[in-house]
Amino acid sequence: MNPDWISGLVGGLMIGAAASAYLLMNGRVMGASGILGGLVDLTSRTNVPERIIFLLGVVLSPILLIQFTGVHDTHLTSNVFVIISGGLLVGIGTRLANGCTSGHGVCGISRLSLRGIIATIFYLLSGAISIIIFKNLLGVI
Amino acid sequence: MKNLVALLCGGLFGLGLFISGMTDTTKVQGWLDIFGNWDPTLAFVLGGAIIPMALTWRLSSKIKKPVFEDNFPKEIEQKLDKSLIIGSIFFGVGWGLSGLCPGPAIASLGFGGWQGLMFFFTMAIGMILTPFIAKYLN
Repeated sequence: MNPDWISGLVGGLMIGAAASAYLLMNGRVMGASGILGGLVDLTSRTNVPERIIFLLGVVLSPILLIQFTGVHDTHLTSNVFVIISGGLLVGIGTRLANGCTSGHGVCGISRLSLRGIIATIFYLLSGAISIIIFKNLLGVI
Repeated sequence: MKNLVALLCGGLFGLGLFISGMTDTTKVQGWLDIFGNWDPTLAFVLGGAIIPMALTWRLSSKIKKPVFEDNFPKEIEQKLDKSLIIGSIFFGVGWGLSGLCPGPAIASLGFGGWQGLMFFFTMAIGMILTPFIAKYLN
């Protein structure tokens, strides 16, 4: 049995705990694309410091963990074309859909939101199809 | 206080992403690779995150207000529109290509390296462009 599922579950519980605390304390839905998106497209003039500080926390954790674990690679491709098209698609897609894995997936499904469930079905399916096309058929990733 | 909560929640979110393996793009792509060497870890991550959050939503309906805010977020109208479907399809394709969704893309900045930085900036540019694309869609 792959022990990865234990770290997956533990990490998942931490993500759920973070989303829970953010809702119960600050009254906000913890969605990564929403928190960042509202900042960069200047639509959210409220809570700007809170958003920036949240994002800083997300970046600080790996900086600290790398010191203790020795894990220091995201294995992200060095193919510039893949990085640019992937980044644009993720940025545009999550803002059009108004949510990503954390907003629709974690916070949406957990309150049985129809939008969250439908969005998650569609991005999981298109993600799997994307792997079939670009990895298994074309071999570009 | 709200800022301190934001720092701690962001930190815990980043910690969870790191420990669960979601900052490892090969692991995420392994989850999406259903006809290859399929890696089920992400199901445990999502499940682990959804269960406490489901309890929290129930709790939030029983208490009057969040600790540092006047109201809980209102439930959005459950409209299944073009933007939701097309956006999710776009996102899925980009997610498969790169192995990064927005949370881990932000966390990847903490790993250093030009690849993560470049992904983050193109993702942000995509987010800035979205209102113009949305106008075209509707």
